[in-house]
Amino acid sequence: MTFTKNEALEIHEPLLFEVGRLENTGVDLPEPPKVKSRLGSLARKSAIDLPGLTEPETMRHYVRLSRQNYAIDLGMYPLGSCTMKHNPRLNEKMARLPGFADIHPLQPVSTVPGALELMGELSRWLCVMTGMEAVALSPKAGAQGELAGMMAIRAAIAAKGETRTTVLVPESAHGTNPATAAALGYKVRSIKARSDGTVSVEAVKEAIDSDVAAIMLTNPNTCGLFEPEIAEIAAALHEAGAYFYGDGANFNAIVGKTRPGDLGVDAMHINLHKTFSTPHGGGGPGSGPVVLSERLAPFAPVPFLRADGTLVERADQTTGEELPFGRLTAFHGQMGMYVRALSYMMSHGADGLREASEDAVLAANYIKASLSDVMTVSFPEKPAMHEVLFDDRFLKGTGITTLDFAKALIDEGFHPMTMYFPLVVSGAMLVEPTESESLASLDLFIATMRDLAKAARNGDTERFTEAPRFAPRRRLDETRAARKPVLTYEAPAPLAEAAE
Amino acid sequence: MRYHPLTADDRALMLERIGIESVDDLFADVPAKHWVDGLLPLPTGQSEMAVERALSKMARKNHAAGDGPFFVGAGAYRHHVPASVDHLIQRSEFLTSYTPYQAEISQGTLQVLFEFQTQVARLTGMEVANASMYDGSTAAAEAVMMAARTTRRRKAVLAGGLHPQYRDVIETIATGVDVTALPADPRATEDIVASIDDTVACVVVQTPSFYGHLIDLKPIAEAAHAAGALLVAVFTEPVAFGAIEAPGAMGADIVVGEGQGIGNALNFGGPYVGLFATQKKFVRQMPGRLAGETQDTEGKRGFALTLNTREQHIRRDKATSNICTNSGLCALAFSIHMTLLGEAGLSRLSALNHAAAVKTAEALAAVPGVEVLNDTFFNEFTVQVPGDAAEVIERLAAKGILGGVPVSRLDPDADRDLMVVAATELTTDDDIASLAAALGEI
Repeated sequence: MTFTKNEALEIHEPLLFEVGRLENTGVDLPEPPKVKSRLGSLARKSAIDLPGLTEPETMRHYVRLSRQNYAIDLGMYPLGSCTMKHNPRLNEKMARLPGFADIHPLQPVSTVPGALELMGELSRWLCVMTGMEAVALSPKAGAQGELAGMMAIRAAIAAKGETRTTVLVPESAHGTNPATAAALGYKVRSIKARSDGTVSVEAVKEAIDSDVAAIMLTNPNTCGLFEPEIAEIAAALHEAGAYFYGDGANFNAIVGKTRPGDLGVDAMHINLHKTFSTPHGGGGPGSGPVVLSERLAPFAPVPFLRADGTLVERADQTTGEELPFGRLTAFHGQMGMYVRALSYMMSHGADGLREASEDAVLAANYIKASLSDVMTVSFPEKPAMHEVLFDDRFLKGTGITTLDFAKALIDEGFHPMTMYFPLVVSGAMLVEPTESESLASLDLFIATMRDLAKAARNGDTERFTEAPRFAPRRRLDETRAARKPVLTYEAPAPLAEAAE
Repeated sequence: MRYHPLTADDRALMLERIGIESVDDLFADVPAKHWVDGLLPLPTGQSEMAVERALSKMARKNHAAGDGPFFVGAGAYRHHVPASVDHLIQRSEFLTSYTPYQAEISQGTLQVLFEFQTQVARLTGMEVANASMYDGSTAAAEAVMMAARTTRRRKAVLAGGLHPQYRDVIETIATGVDVTALPADPRATEDIVASIDDTVACVVVQTPSFYGHLIDLKPIAEAAHAAGALLVAVFTEPVAFGAIEAPGAMGADIVVGEGQGIGNALNFGGPYVGLFATQKKFVRQMPGRLAGETQDTEGKRGFALTLNTREQHIRRDKATSNICTNSGLCALAFSIHMTLLGEAGLSRLSALNHAAAVKTAEALAAVPGVEVLNDTFFNEFTVQVPGDAAEVIERLAAKGILGGVPVSRLDPDADRDLMVVAATELTTDDDIASLAAALGEI
């Protein structure tokens, strides 16, 4: 052990509360002018206890912390259903133009024609790509887009004077789907998949009755498969007076190849951060615009842009052609993400977007073909879309779990694949390479997975159960974190006493 | 396409390995009649130069806040953000990382979130905070739903000083909660105590209010607690707490608000960062992500996402909310800026904001026909102007001055002659003089 607890570039970085001081500041602010206070009796009397760091200390603190993170710019992130693709820095540059970053959501509309133009242009691209009629940009994330789409469906049903209480959700759905349906007060009716991993139109027809408001279906689905009976499923719902909610999480597999609107989708959120490369930022912010079919186009949250470019901010400004159901967020949504997404779309164009889908699907199938002899592909008979699903059958009898396998991948310099999702197979490993990986990078990943699969079968158990050995931390005790939650920093007792 | 590394030879080799002729064979499950024929009717790919040119042209059509005197607030505030904040959040390891589910290789993000939670808890005067929400308005809606879950009651009373769009968001999102919104009265601080009874889950009070008044929460908290209800305190300007009492010190049970004012640009309304803090006893009802401290197998301190059994990916239709993300990068920006400020910097920043607002209020009060309605305020207050405030603001804009927000734009029931005016540390004496002079001419 070293004196500093640091090991060369492996640096032990204390919490800012352990090194910061109340008198430290990293910003030079002028002396405030003397004025007569208007704070009244609520002027702050006690200290807040917010330690500061100087600018050089701040730079080191955060740069050192950053070095304990894996990131797409460091290596491959084969996270199925999460779509970790290259994040072009042009997008960042464009989003920081003062004309986009330094405008206020409530400054006069007459002073922001360029912002409205950008939102209109983004809406147009989304409508053309999805084959849909209208788009509500404001949802703050994919899950809120789901909420918006389902609220549009609820509003449309209410406008017909009907009450429907049930939403169909296949068991392979994202957890947000049932959570969204439940949040809106719907009963969730689960639909089983066939043995080939897809949903049959018969199973859907069996589940439909007059209480069904909608189905929430991800396509391509979370097993990485395109639902072949999608159009028939949509038709069955429409015939029953219900709607088709498409989860757009996997839209990146089909852009430029087929359009959800043509398949019968009524509402679908688009995760701009996934398909259109806005960075994940360690877990957000995302952006989840929702596109709507002709049937649902009148039902959207405010604000929305009319086709003529006017901004509808409130329900009472409408002509009666639109029936907005409310507001999902203050202001206009994730403008900063709109700029990044449009920058990505314009850079690619219709040709580049189609190529991105094709390359993503090609890469997933290349991995599938290259690993199918050493790992178990869950649904080998069908072409994978942009992601390929493996399960833990190949680990049977080794004593090694999917989690162990994933942690061993960390030691090899890769971020693990998505684990234990979807829930329909045992020990799922969902691999999504995206279009951003070169052939060399795909080959290195494949060679690593092959080596690990062989090691598992050869009984090299410690390589897995002891992993990760080469990471900023060994395996963390998540049970302890949940049993006795420590969610904020509190100074150790002796220090606290000394401070008094 | 410069973002796609595969070459034509690579693709041919990959097709051969898979054993197919063409990539279209992989789309065989897509119904043939629904294939896109050729290319979508959209422009084809453009060079970096061309995209920059086109987007810059759009951006230039907007009047940026820095282009002239600027007094727009009402929930989003223009502050100076130190250059190091944007530099640090653009580090690849923060910008391009994923949600920190793999804790061993996400300690950077996790420690930042733990530090952020601590900063937010201290700033709001509460015991715990989550790792951020979409924005202040959605955090407010989640707080109302949490209060309903916690008290097993269905009624929420919204004070008249709540931001009208926050009120709209609560009414839209808080399904199953009966919302009573008290009438907005910009002239007075509110008396909401009378509206609290033992069927109420929570009262929602914004301070500083939408109209800028500073509200003493103590009597409201006492009345709420006596009736078994919770007090949800809302704010839209985090910088205020450098100068005024924290809601937690006045008895709030849940404190939610917009964190944009620290570390984050205006961005035309998003992305922003919702702050959410509460007391320890309510932590298992709190929505959103949480980072917690723990140890690794060698006994080293580390951090991991925790208490996620409340979350949608585990509880599915029994989840506490459908929230599936946080505003990680915006929370990072908030935390870095707060670290740079420290207690000393935040106090000074708050004092600068208040001083600029006091000067602005004094200058406007001196304009004939203009009345400042507030007794107390932090960096924003309400002004009554002769005539329609929206028209006044348009005329100011024509002179290059962005003068405030007409209340009627957000609240159709409001008097049309009211506008909300904000000043910050970026407001100069010249800006104030320009606004007062221009208002005098209108």
